[in-house]
Amino acid sequence: MLSAIEIEKISHELRHVPVKKAACIEALKIVQQERRWVSDESVADIAAMLEMSAAEVDSVATFYNLIFRKPVGRHIILLCDSISCYVMGYTALRQRLHEILLIGYGQTTADERFTLLPNACLGTCDHAPALMIDEDLYRDLQPEDLEQILEKYH
Amino acid sequence: MERPLTQHIPDNGAALHLREYEAVGGYSALRKALRDMEPAQVSTLVKEANLKGRGGAGFATGMKWSFVPMNVPGPKYLIANADEMEPGTFKDRWLLEGNPHQLLEGMILASYAIQATDAFVFLRWAYKDAAREMRRAIADAYTAGYLGKNILGSAFSLEMQLHTGVGRYMCGEETALLNSLEGKRATPRAKPPFPQVSGLFGKPTIVNNVETLSWISHIVNNGEAWFKSLSYTADGGTKIYGVSGRVNKPGAWELPMGITMRELLEEHAGGMRNGYRFRGALPGGASTDFLTDAHLDVKMDFAGVAAAGSRLGTGTMVVLDDRTCPVGFVHNLEHFFAQESCGFCTPCREGLPWTEKILWSLENGTGEPSDLELLERHARLLGPGNTFCALAPGAMEPLQSALKYFREDFEQHIKEKKCPYAHHQH
Ligand SMILES: Cc1cc2nc3c(=O)[nH]c(=O)nc-3n(C[C@H](O)[C@H](O)[C@H](O)COP(=O)(O)O)c2cc1C
Ligand code: SF4
Ligand code: FES
Repeated sequence: MLSAIEIEKISHELRHVPVKKAACIEALKIVQQERRWVSDESVADIAAMLEMSAAEVDSVATFYNLIFRKPVGRHIILLCDSISCYVMGYTALRQRLHEILLIGYGQTTADERFTLLPNACLGTCDHAPALMIDEDLYRDLQPEDLEQILEKYH
Repeated sequence: MERPLTQHIPDNGAALHLREYEAVGGYSALRKALRDMEPAQVSTLVKEANLKGRGGAGFATGMKWSFVPMNVPGPKYLIANADEMEPGTFKDRWLLEGNPHQLLEGMILASYAIQATDAFVFLRWAYKDAAREMRRAIADAYTAGYLGKNILGSAFSLEMQLHTGVGRYMCGEETALLNSLEGKRATPRAKPPFPQVSGLFGKPTIVNNVETLSWISHIVNNGEAWFKSLSYTADGGTKIYGVSGRVNKPGAWELPMGITMRELLEEHAGGMRNGYRFRGALPGGASTDFLTDAHLDVKMDFAGVAAAGSRLGTGTMVVLDDRTCPVGFVHNLEHFFAQESCGFCTPCREGLPWTEKILWSLENGTGEPSDLELLERHARLLGPGNTFCALAPGAMEPLQSALKYFREDFEQHIKEKKCPYAHHQH
């Protein structure tokens, strides 16, 4: 069931769009903000509220890589794997992250602290290699910087 | 050397806020246009300046606006494309974070020119600082009367919204962007009808790049002759160029349009790092053809780069050095394109993963001589005209040019059954 807050926020979005369907992405963003990820149940709830089929909502949800359809950790690490970061050695960062966190891409640490995901170019290529943790951008990285950075997140 | 777009951006990376923007002449172009100019005069001025779109394709902005049907009732839309997801590209970020009001003023003027009722900034998820600055700038512009009903006491009204995306490169393709703004999957639409006639929610819509729109207030204030005088070549204005890779000073600079690749690399990017040699570069992001050291004197404008067999694209260059494997480099690009394909049309959906797999096998020592021909065939079959949008042809540009300029590297991978580069990485 959608929470009162979710319903209120989605209703607010509905005031800005000419047809209910148009609020689909915003609704997914709202639910994810509240619950970290979007479950099958939430997909069905959004569908009911926007008068869409669950399959239609899911087709949108699964298209966008930053809508999570599986449970994720408390913090999301997005490691840039695009070209400038490739040239500047992002693979060494990936290796170090695997060593510290003991997880691969798409996995979550056992304590649910981190989920590790590759991400396309973060638009900071002059400071490659780069990654984001939640809303924070880290640039010009060396593998040995990572441990200290990760310590900031609980 | 004038740098109209970036000269007022504080060096410490902070944004120019409303008061500071007004203090350097901000919103004077809007006052002037609303007081002295008809909407059509703004369009005509932009057309005469011959401003070409900075989003990658270089389409003439005034011409694009002229396709919007005027004198029809109902909503019309103006969208700033701030999706900036082309790998190797980081120029719009500078303008979004540093001078948000310059973009807003350009958007309001463009909206006035086409008589738009609503404007949107379509911003990619990763640009958190830009989102904060744009949100504040929009709120401040409403408070100051530059947005909303009867702007500065005129008959013109405009509502503005910030939309932040949830990933996917395809959102930058202008018709896919419209679908995404409508809450749908970001797949492209058939053209015609063009968005200028039937765009967002079926209404006339203009989509322009951030750098393009940031020019409008300057052109309105200073005129077309001034705009043309900024450039070294026939394409007017300055351009925000960037360089990334193993150079001494990677970065972005606003420079006269038409600067040479050599000047950009050597004077601004500080040359190659010690121990690295220049082998080639993608001149304007991931979907442009390689240029090599034979092209260093190419003028970086639309015509100059095209004559050399590539495209100016976004003007942000990615450098390939002699210790990075060209096959690995192109594999990384094709991995990106295969992943970002929206899957709507078969050549791209099937062809890009196939291309990626062939490159992967070359890197891992299982490539075969026939693979080169297979790659060349893909470059042809996924080229312009064979797919539904420009993603796949763009993906083929670095591949086909790598096969041309770095062919011996591909052959060596096959012959030696391994990647010959020490810094072999995936
Ligand atoms: C796959 C793909 C991605 C694109 N991404 C962007 C982008 O992130 N930003 C952008 O301004 N244009 C992008 N474009 C180009 C737009 O479709 C469109 O041409 C541009 O926004 C028009 O603005 P302009 O005329 O001011 O250059 C992309 C095109 C394609 C095919
Ligand atoms: S070329 Fe690729 S991205 Fe474009 S419509 Fe076809 S499948 Fe989608
Ligand atoms: S390639 Fe990593 S930030 Fe652009």
